[in-house]
Amino acid sequence: MSDPMLRLEGVYTDIAQYHILQGVDLDVPRGGVTMLLGRNGVGKTTTLRTIMGHWRARAGKVMLDGQDITALPVPAIARTGVGFVPENMGIFSDLTVEENMVLAAVSGPIDQARLDWIFEAFPPLKTFWKNHAGNLSGGQKQMLSIARAMVEERRLYLIDEPTKGLAPAIISTMARALRDLKAQGASILLVEQNFSVAKALGDTCAVMDDGRVIWSGAMAELAGDAALQERLMGLSMEAHQ
Amino acid sequence: MLVKLLSGDLPRSKLLTAILVAILICLAFAPFLFPGIRSVDTAARICIFILLVASYDLVLGYTGIVSFAHTMFFGIGAYGVALACSHMERGFGALIVGTLSGAVVAALAAFLIGLFSLRVRAIFFAMITLAVASAVAVLVSQLSGLTGGEDGLNYKIPRELTPAFKFGGELLGVKLNGKLLNYYVVFFGALMLFLLLLRIVNSPFGRVLQAIRENDFRAEAVGYRVIAYRTGAACISAAIAALAGSLYAIWLRYVGPDTVLSFEIMVDILLMVVIGGMGTMYGAVIGATLFVVAQNYLQELMQVASGAVESVPLLPDLLSPDRWLMWLGILFILSVYFFPTGIVGRLRQDD
Repeated sequence: MSDPMLRLEGVYTDIAQYHILQGVDLDVPRGGVTMLLGRNGVGKTTTLRTIMGHWRARAGKVMLDGQDITALPVPAIARTGVGFVPENMGIFSDLTVEENMVLAAVSGPIDQARLDWIFEAFPPLKTFWKNHAGNLSGGQKQMLSIARAMVEERRLYLIDEPTKGLAPAIISTMARALRDLKAQGASILLVEQNFSVAKALGDTCAVMDDGRVIWSGAMAELAGDAALQERLMGLSMEAHQ
Repeated sequence: MLVKLLSGDLPRSKLLTAILVAILICLAFAPFLFPGIRSVDTAARICIFILLVASYDLVLGYTGIVSFAHTMFFGIGAYGVALACSHMERGFGALIVGTLSGAVVAALAAFLIGLFSLRVRAIFFAMITLAVASAVAVLVSQLSGLTGGEDGLNYKIPRELTPAFKFGGELLGVKLNGKLLNYYVVFFGALMLFLLLLRIVNSPFGRVLQAIRENDFRAEAVGYRVIAYRTGAACISAAIAALAGSLYAIWLRYVGPDTVLSFEIMVDILLMVVIGGMGTMYGAVIGATLFVVAQNYLQELMQVASGAVESVPLLPDLLSPDRWLMWLGILFILSVYFFPTGIVGRLRQDD
């Protein structure tokens, strides 16, 4: 197997006096979707934020494509090619959809073919292209948030619960877009609670508990083994649907 | 052409457009529409304050940084011209040297303050600017050998910009003299710099500033160095405030701590930007015009009003011109209460 796109080695992250990550070891293979699973509060979001540099690892290493990015400033990490879709979307609501997208394309003008592809995946963004992002619906905001990451080819996409709180129709739009992205050979680390989405998209999977990765392997293996799910997460993932 | 001049940032409200056009026409033809030393002086002040407030809007409204040193930058520009004119040979050379060095010093000062404080948290910038601005104000009053202390400085500007310079007889009953030229230096200077500010806030740089104001964590995660952008905005804003100060010094031919450095001006700027509407640029035009006109003419208006209600008990007392500051205060409270997003924000909502 080739070198992973992203490797976390013994990452410890503290938030104030709380030790949230306690030695995370994680590989995200090149090309494909890695699901990061686990109960609420086990450190999934903190892991993504530590990779992005929002929280600093107290110990351990974050390697992107062989380069140590642990101590890089956040903007530098973004510019090495990490597209981050945070849990709370974080769109710029005072700016138009277009301005949001233009800002996200940090390395130059938006490629028209890529934009057409994004419009195809998320038609509302084309409709509301010149409108303020603040006026979009929740689902449309989430589309914009993901589209901002997709606007350029990134080496790695970090996506935090993209389907949280969305209507089923929009969830399938999201899933389709992520599948498209995956088909292009993108490397994606995805936190997702919706099991049907996770099962459909995930190639590999890492399960976290208490600030560590306690199991990693093929998604199919976990999906087909209810007893393993029960043991790892204390409940069957089917119940999450 | 017009859209390009406004950098594509149109007023987006019919009433607002009408008001802005009216203000522009009044200011462009002020010496002819409102002849008289006092009214032209008010018009010049409006031009200068529009620019000063607009430059403050760049940091407060567009970038979300609270600075209390804006008057200091204004003062640096004014003293730049005053010192150059006092020490150099009379002429346009002194004006240019004074203006440019004022802008450079102001930008440099903003850079240093930003370097030390913006790295930590935006609130420290507010505190440090307050401290530095107070220190500079004290320093200027103490260094009387250089700055004239509390008395300030009187100096000579090029003769072509003074009333003594005449170039022809009269036009529409207005004497064609250097003071008229001086007014147009102020007017066009302010207009051009205002258009430049509009261009800046509507450029990709300006969009990043707005993104930072809304969510700086997110802007960083997209790949923008927040500190660099904030510092850049603070420097540009300081330089333009200094240029406004230079225009003021050219117009007044006098600078003193009270006229260009006092904390009262800082409070005025804050009020103007809030009343006009933060983060809109056009708010600066409305806020500054309203405020300066009220400052200069509210007393007269009250004199007339109190005369008109002479026979009614109590009212003449309330409307006595001596109480103008109270009414100004009430006007501000009302405008902030009824227009929480500023006048421009409100007008855009209605449309």
